[in-house]
Amino acid sequence: MVDNHNITTIQNRLSELAKLPKMKANSSIMDVLNEHGFTRRDFMKWAGAMTALMALPASFAPMVAQAAELSDRLPVIWLHMAECTGCSESLLRSDAPTIDSLIFDYISLEYHETVMAASGWQAEENLEQAIQKYKGKYVLMVEGGIPDGDSAFYLTVGSKGTTGREHAIHASDNALAIFAIGTCSSFGGIQAAAPNPTNAKPLHKITNKPVINVPGCPPSEKNIVGNVLNFLLFGTLPALDVYNRPKWAYGLRIHDLCERRGRFDAGEFVQEFGDQGAKDGYCLYKVGCKGPYTFNNCSRERFNQHTSWPIQAGHGCIGCSEPDFWDQMGPFEVPLGDRLYHTVFDGLGADAISDKIGIGVLAITGVAVAAHALIATATKEKE
Amino acid sequence: MSEQRIVVDPITRIEGHLRVEVIVDENNVVKEAYSGSTLWRGIEVIVKGRDPRDAGFMTQRICGVCTFSHYRAGIEAVENALGIVPPLNAKLTRTLMNAALFLHDHPVHFYQLHALDFVDVVSALSADPKKASEEAFKYCDTPYACGADQLKLVQDKVKKFVEKGNLGPFANAYWGHSTYKFTPEQNLIALSHYLECLRLQRTIAQAMAVFGAKQPHPQSLTVGGVTCVMDLQSPARLGEYMVKFQEMADFINRAYWPDLVMAAKAYANEPSVVNDVGTPNLLTYQDFQIGANEYLFDGGYILNGDISKVFEVDESKITEEATRSWYKNDAPLHPYDGDTTPNYTGFKDAKTLNAKGEMEDSKVFDLDGKYSWIKAPRYDSLPMQVGPLANIVINYAKGNKNVVPVVDKFLAETGLPVSAVLSTLGRTACRMIEAKIIADNALKALNNLIENLKVDDSTCAKYQIDSKKEYKGRFIGNVPRGMLSHWCRIKNGVIENWQAVVPSTWNASPKDAKGQMGSYEACLIGLKIADLKQPLEIIRKIHSYDPCIACAVHVMDTKGNELSSYKVNPNLI
Repeated sequence: MVDNHNITTIQNRLSELAKLPKMKANSSIMDVLNEHGFTRRDFMKWAGAMTALMALPASFAPMVAQAAELSDRLPVIWLHMAECTGCSESLLRSDAPTIDSLIFDYISLEYHETVMAASGWQAEENLEQAIQKYKGKYVLMVEGGIPDGDSAFYLTVGSKGTTGREHAIHASDNALAIFAIGTCSSFGGIQAAAPNPTNAKPLHKITNKPVINVPGCPPSEKNIVGNVLNFLLFGTLPALDVYNRPKWAYGLRIHDLCERRGRFDAGEFVQEFGDQGAKDGYCLYKVGCKGPYTFNNCSRERFNQHTSWPIQAGHGCIGCSEPDFWDQMGPFEVPLGDRLYHTVFDGLGADAISDKIGIGVLAITGVAVAAHALIATATKEKE
Repeated sequence: MSEQRIVVDPITRIEGHLRVEVIVDENNVVKEAYSGSTLWRGIEVIVKGRDPRDAGFMTQRICGVCTFSHYRAGIEAVENALGIVPPLNAKLTRTLMNAALFLHDHPVHFYQLHALDFVDVVSALSADPKKASEEAFKYCDTPYACGADQLKLVQDKVKKFVEKGNLGPFANAYWGHSTYKFTPEQNLIALSHYLECLRLQRTIAQAMAVFGAKQPHPQSLTVGGVTCVMDLQSPARLGEYMVKFQEMADFINRAYWPDLVMAAKAYANEPSVVNDVGTPNLLTYQDFQIGANEYLFDGGYILNGDISKVFEVDESKITEEATRSWYKNDAPLHPYDGDTTPNYTGFKDAKTLNAKGEMEDSKVFDLDGKYSWIKAPRYDSLPMQVGPLANIVINYAKGNKNVVPVVDKFLAETGLPVSAVLSTLGRTACRMIEAKIIADNALKALNNLIENLKVDDSTCAKYQIDSKKEYKGRFIGNVPRGMLSHWCRIKNGVIENWQAVVPSTWNASPKDAKGQMGSYEACLIGLKIADLKQPLEIIRKIHSYDPCIACAVHVMDTKGNELSSYKVNPNLI
């Protein structure tokens, strides 16, 4: 339920945004769409889809549309820290429908090393000019973990040898809103996995400003774009969970809406990859699926425009949007409650906690298996 | 004026963090060149001590662009160590995912990352769309998205964009530079394809996701095989792959190929793209299995650009050294025995030429010491060039039936001699040729998969990891950026060490103990730069390698050093 107060707040926010001077004359998203042959109807359909995606009531669709039309006022600076560029690649896949890529064109992407034409001194100039010109008005998106402390120099950018850490702080200090895109910048990611040889940190440990975490390795294109709209719509930070992840995207476990959930409840499990259960789409829990411990909307939104997602492709979830999942969720093809060995890290941290969860789930699984067997037997007897 | 020093950092439109420094003489000719990476992540250290089945997932995160290459390498190195042979269905499925990767990577590299080095977007605004449409027919009977109306739409769109005065990602580039050679009409054709490629890269990414769950970072490989058994059993999914594949294949034949013919003609006399072989020793490896015993490309190496003799690769001759890299042990070591402990010695202070033509305080490489996080791989102590150029030239030299006719056709259409291939232009053209060969042939793997599925539905091989046994194994193959190898040892059931020797490490290698340069550096020597404030020629050459730097910065430590020893003394910096 959304009360009228919320709607009024949002409408006030939108009308405030509408009063701002446009950065580009006569170029709302709607104009751009018209140029590309998109009708108002196409646009509203898309806004409706995005509304549902953000778990908002359908009555919000017109406001989502309005928010999108206003998003041309948002300059975006995207920084690359210690990363693999997978999050940028994910952003480039955005197409839900095709107009997401137009938003990508349309927000003013002031600095993005993988896409921008300028190099060297000219690139650095773009960054500094954008920070000065749009001080307090740009959205900062950061991809990658950030080497810190004695090893901050393990990442430098630019002719002055500025550390990634300094870049991140400088850009954060002047940003309107900060999104940590991907698990690396949200939680440290792969480079921060034990023994973290570069002392890599998540962005929120580098800056004092609030950071919205958009984890996933990589996050789906929808989670990246949806967050920009969420910000525009509410004009403030979205509702967050304990790890500062927007609840609209990370409020449910993978397990909750999994297409194989029925198999889990029925006690039907893939015992090993390639077996008959795998061919029949049984639950992947026993080959290590971390869906029960992972909060993300993959089971709803999937990847690459709904083409697939790991569980559809027969592989368990590896828990990539959870903090420290590289250390806590591995081995990825073994159930958490059924570990055959301890890591070199002497089972510190993760093991103790996840074993308890895992054993709990296994116990439930055992009950489910028994129940399934009983039902099966009963059915047979009837025949 | 005497010598001047120029720093280009960041090199953009690549994966990762790369810096190039050159020293030019009074005629603006490059006398010395240094390429170095400015980021270290340490993934091989992190993999140590973990379940070998997890390695692929972690090595995959080496790169989100080569998003399938390191996943496959991580899985197959373990399979090799354990002596596992995956079922043919699994091998062919991997090939199909690999094909989708190549068809994604190569066009995206050309259009999104490299094309702006050849295409002056501003110039396209003054083109005559009708003339441009006629021009497109010179290079292709059925040009892609090149009708006069379509080109007019593209031009109007970009015009409006430019008129707004806020160029976003296109701001501050080297537009109008004197070494741009396309006519306005040719620029407009390429610009249209730039936008089309932006659309199609999503489609071909979906093709990989059909079997791979997602792209980037697919998740359907497992040690022993693949997990996407339900997708393989669905004719609808196989068809979905085929159709998406064909969409991109069509673009390659009707846009990518003709654009490279157009570029080869327009730039044939531009010094910054011809006459530089980089490292003349070329290396590639057999890969791309399309049938039970059939591979699309063969392996081998040639020396000094001499295509009359192709040698077989002996993997025991591969070493890496760190004389000029920010690691402690300098000596050349085989990847199974490598040792790497960070030894960051930082930059030095100097004044370099900035974008305004003034001397500005900068941090620069220590030209006498260490200057890169990338190590120096060598084959038989020689630097090698890897990548599509090496793969195509070696396969051409070997008379590979999939390669020879395509190369001959390209040479005939452009009027270029074979020798012209050894150049920046050649690197860019060979990438397209490689993409075309895959576009024309990879569906054979799909046909063979379908035939095999009729008689065999296995997707995973069974195996056991004996914790009492020691294993070692490797993956060697040829991925979009060239020859890739991963080397692993397994002991007590966990990974004892891991080493990745990757394409960009070969090409972006710093100098070695003998002073031998890697290919990035070598190709810059002798380059004349038109305008020192806008070193377009440098990035044009470097981009031709499709730099992918996250993968090139890695480390291994087989000696069990204390992890605390990785601390760097900031006083050294």
